[in-house]
Amino acid sequence: MSAEPLLRLESVDKSFDANHVLRGIDLDVAPHEVVCLIGPSGSGKSTLLRCINLIEPLDGGRVILEGEEISARGVDQDAIRQRIGIVFQAFNLFPHMTVLENITLAPVRVLGKERAAARSEAEKLLGRFDLADKRDEYPDRLSGGQQQRTAIVRALAMQPRLMLLDEITSALDPELVAEVLILVRELAKQGMTMVIATHEMGFARDIADRVVFLDEGRILEQGAPDRIFTAPQQPRTQQFLQRIIAAGRL
Amino acid sequence: MLGDRRAVLVSSVSTIVFFVVLGAAIFLAPGSREVAHDFFSFEAMREALVGTNTTPSVLSSFWLNVRMFLVAEVFILVLALVIAVIRQMPGPALFPLRLVAVIYTDFFRGVPLLLVIYIMGFGIPGLAIPGISDRSPVVLGVAALVLSYSAYVAEVYRAGIESVHESQVIGARSLGLSRWQSMRFVVLPQAVRRVIPPLLNDFISLQKDTALVAVLGPIEAARAAAIYGSDRFNYSSFVVAALLFILLTIPLARFTDHLVARDRKRRRGGAMA
Repeated sequence: MSAEPLLRLESVDKSFDANHVLRGIDLDVAPHEVVCLIGPSGSGKSTLLRCINLIEPLDGGRVILEGEEISARGVDQDAIRQRIGIVFQAFNLFPHMTVLENITLAPVRVLGKERAAARSEAEKLLGRFDLADKRDEYPDRLSGGQQQRTAIVRALAMQPRLMLLDEITSALDPELVAEVLILVRELAKQGMTMVIATHEMGFARDIADRVVFLDEGRILEQGAPDRIFTAPQQPRTQQFLQRIIAAGRL
Repeated sequence: MLGDRRAVLVSSVSTIVFFVVLGAAIFLAPGSREVAHDFFSFEAMREALVGTNTTPSVLSSFWLNVRMFLVAEVFILVLALVIAVIRQMPGPALFPLRLVAVIYTDFFRGVPLLLVIYIMGFGIPGLAIPGISDRSPVVLGVAALVLSYSAYVAEVYRAGIESVHESQVIGARSLGLSRWQSMRFVVLPQAVRRVIPPLLNDFISLQKDTALVAVLGPIEAARAAAIYGSDRFNYSSFVVAALLFILLTIPLARFTDHLVARDRKRRRGGAMA
């Protein structure tokens, strides 16, 4: 961890009206590191991800990507978001576009790639993730798992430096979760830096280099997955994990 | 299935009976012969349609309605979209523009179209602005249609824009698309598809309201029909003009149904069948 962090958060603070969602989050993410955010609903996981790619403006603190403070005034946020891929729980695919059009929209319009080049790159990605035969389908005609994999491919087509995954399996039928998680494992293996908010504890334990437990907008504890899942220090973490175990999710 | 067929039979018969009774009531009315002669004379219809030495052809005058409609429609689609998009643009810097857009829609939706046509048709020439005031009444009338209808159509667009879920914008912005690109490539295409039926409704209304431009003098179908009516004391010309308007609107209505059905089928496709 001696290398400069790819992402650094310094006392990130965020409120929605009276609701203080993030209370001074400090976090470093090293290149190629996979960090899983766990914690109860409403603990601020999603908001934290949205603050990292500046969809939510910060109320306080700084976000630093590859040494550059991206939360500073006057930074071109559109340019920053090209370097950060995010995948949402509800996919957010564009229903009026085919799979291929969904994927090539940003490379063509934002990066200014030739349409033909963007298409062939998209087709390569689709092939790699077993979606080649879906390229001309509209999202409504795909299964949830296929839609979410398409959304991941769409983010990857921008060749991001960092991927943020926001509970990407929470809206899926149980039998469709695996196909999405396999894809994420594949990305981790290839060295993609990722911050993942998830309720899939088994998955987090398996894929994470580090697990971060969030509660009421604070990082209560963090560490290697084995330590967090087997020997949590904080009572709140113990309580949370016990509930997860009781629900049969770990 | 037998029940379905029975229901169709019952509803068909009752519909036919209703119209037979209605037709009989009109036919047996004391003035029915006069009305049949004054409004439904085939010969008078033919004459009015092709025109006579002293009266203009309703058919060729109707061509003016069609042209006014087509030209107005293009301008309305563009102007209304601009207004709707302006109203959706955030940020304090654009407040004056948004205010102008709001006042525009409030004003032109509030003023009767006929008054807008009068004010434009008589007011603009009075201003004596070179290049604008010397336009023909048809141009000024079409301009009035555009101003008035754009206010309505802008609201239709706006409803469409607001119906596109916020998550679509977030999805687009997080790929690096600018605010404008998100609007242009993600929100507007979905919004416009959703408002095609109400847009069509406004355009059918527009086709008919082209007749109002007649108050500025141009001889379009309704005016030509009126000329025939006062020349021959036979009003079958109005019925002919009415039929022409109907003939114009029906294909448009069916075309829109077709577009809506095709879009739905393409997106849901075999999965729903």
